[in-house]
Amino acid sequence: MPAADFRAAAGPALADPQLRANFRRAMDGLMSKRAAVFADRDEWTALRSLGATIRARSLLQLPDLLERLEAKLTENGVKVHWAETIEQGNAIFKQILSGHDARRLVKGKSMVSEEMGLNHALEAEGIEVVEADLGEYIIQLDHEKPSHIIMPAIHKNKQQIARLFSQKIKDAAYTEDVDHLTGLARRVLRQKFAEADAGVSGVNVAVAETGTLVLVENEGNGRMCTTIPKLHIAVMGLEKVVERLEEVPPVLSLLTRSATAQPITTYVNMISGPRRPGEKDGPQELHLVILDNGRSRVFADPQLRNTLRCIRCGACMNHCPVYTRVGGHAYPGVYPGPIGKILTPQILGMETAGDLPHASSLCNACVEVCPVEIPIASLLVRLRSEAIRPRRQADSGPGVVRGAGSQRDAAETWTWRGWALAYRVPLLYRLTSFLLSRFGWALPQRLPLLKEWTTVRSRPQFAPQTLHELARREKVSNE
Amino acid sequence: MDHTPAHSRPKKVYFFGTCVVDLFFPGAGLAGIKLLQAAGIDVIFPQGQSCCGQPAYNSGFLDEARTVAWSQIKLFSKDYPVVLPSGSCAGMMKKHYPTLFRGRAEQAEAEDFAARVYELTQFLVDVLDLKLVDLGDPIKITWHPSCHAMREMGVGEQPKSLLRQLSQVELIDLPRERECCGFGGTFAVRQPEVSGAMVTDKIDAIAQTGAETVVSGDCGCLLNIGGALEKAGRPARPKHIAEFLWERTHARR
Repeated sequence: MPAADFRAAAGPALADPQLRANFRRAMDGLMSKRAAVFADRDEWTALRSLGATIRARSLLQLPDLLERLEAKLTENGVKVHWAETIEQGNAIFKQILSGHDARRLVKGKSMVSEEMGLNHALEAEGIEVVEADLGEYIIQLDHEKPSHIIMPAIHKNKQQIARLFSQKIKDAAYTEDVDHLTGLARRVLRQKFAEADAGVSGVNVAVAETGTLVLVENEGNGRMCTTIPKLHIAVMGLEKVVERLEEVPPVLSLLTRSATAQPITTYVNMISGPRRPGEKDGPQELHLVILDNGRSRVFADPQLRNTLRCIRCGACMNHCPVYTRVGGHAYPGVYPGPIGKILTPQILGMETAGDLPHASSLCNACVEVCPVEIPIASLLVRLRSEAIRPRRQADSGPGVVRGAGSQRDAAETWTWRGWALAYRVPLLYRLTSFLLSRFGWALPQRLPLLKEWTTVRSRPQFAPQTLHELARREKVSNE
Repeated sequence: MDHTPAHSRPKKVYFFGTCVVDLFFPGAGLAGIKLLQAAGIDVIFPQGQSCCGQPAYNSGFLDEARTVAWSQIKLFSKDYPVVLPSGSCAGMMKKHYPTLFRGRAEQAEAEDFAARVYELTQFLVDVLDLKLVDLGDPIKITWHPSCHAMREMGVGEQPKSLLRQLSQVELIDLPRERECCGFGGTFAVRQPEVSGAMVTDKIDAIAQTGAETVVSGDCGCLLNIGGALEKAGRPARPKHIAEFLWERTHARR
């Protein structure tokens, strides 16, 4: 994969006032609604701490929990499949589907399926995949990737969606009436649900002790995908497991309140097996595909492991001043915003996404709202250090980030070495600061960093005397 | 965040000026020293000091950051509070030094040092309970809180409580005040377009307030915001809170 250039990719979004207005308005709304629903600071602090503990504890015993989950699911009649790579994951899907001669799929929202490029892989086999989540359906019509993990079509406004529907949906007249637009999608999707050979869904939480797959959603499309077709295939990243059923409510409360400021979603699906004899609905066959795709490697490092706490609420992107301005399409991979900046470089590797951890001012707005206390800013710094790790340390063993050291640049390395020497030895620092205060004005305007700085700012003026000099003049004690 | 001062009112403090103050805003540093001295505190300014190491740390050059950080820790070895006119550099020392030295021989010393670190307004309010008398003319200002002061040091109300003590100062809330100004150290030059969009929005918000002066506790933000104000030809001027407080309370303009 070629190296992604966030700076270049952000350009079109920054220059698109409509897009920026769409995001600003949407993120402002999400931020204020979230703040209202977590208005009780003590309750937030306690619940968040519980959520962080649940996720951290689950990860501590991850291999064990996954084995218990598989055993329990198997006991419940669910067929469990392990995919180390996305290629394996897609192959498993194809194999299951061909065994049922399934040609038509309906799919609930699933970021892991996006990560796998599942639609593309199945469509190449002549299988029809219809996204049943309204947002996903909209972007599927327009051949786009999600710009947000919870609200995939958030970059589009009503008029853009109205235009799209009138062009792509048969017999649809142009209308900006939201109820009417929703009705159009519903009409199409109802038919698809009825005809589908199989339903695909994601998983929000998997419970090891009971073998339960929990899926939250607001549109009922998840319920339809997982109950109407005779075959249901669920897919999840291997980090989604918790040990006990009682750990689900706090995680869901944090998830839905952080994501959409809802105390609970309209639908909470708890799936513990296929249709049993005498039951009136549910699939006759249920499969779970568990995807690794680099997660084991993330898991192997005790600090980076915290990345896997994520419950995919999207609060980090809603509060990110960078995401708010560029939207989700500038980010390589499928996870935008702060979580993408720490997850994507670890999944795709530093060669591809090594500059992504630098697309942050380290403002910590994401850290402040993360419901499971992922230290995103610290992980960004860690990944920045992995990107420039000396090559000799950067073998490809477990616990080493894929592509570590690939961003190392001799000029940058020597600059920092020189900086460290000058700033560590007081006499050298005194000389450096003296020279800058007297002759800093003479630095050429075209100097690389100065050039970028002055695009929207005047050049910084060095003071004629340093604080060190002023302190000596004022006879401030030296020790 | 823990606001309980580790020190009751001390006789002496160390002052860590920070490299940005040293080179670009020395007046802010000197004002910070004078505010402390005027409150009866002996201030020590070790002349060997340079930088907290954050530029290298945030760039991923952890060895280089550690080298510089350790050279600073050694200069501030006595058991006095270390006061900084910067939430960001204070955050680096308080929050990141312990991580930077974890599992190393220097760990205990780094942790002891970190425990003594205060952001200036935090020290003035939480430890000294400073009382101010305004001697200046009426003025409209707005306050820009820095991300690291708020989110790493837990400093939010302290600077505003100082500004509100000034009777002739009208403090106007900055719209979206908690949003980053786009500085982020190397971020400003590595992602100049996104950073530029952020600071442009910030100076527009400042213009909305009608304030003559934007006061902040971090010179990185002021370098960024001030530069953008100047380039855009906006009338508002940047000022560090230490300098602002000193000028208002000692009638030197």
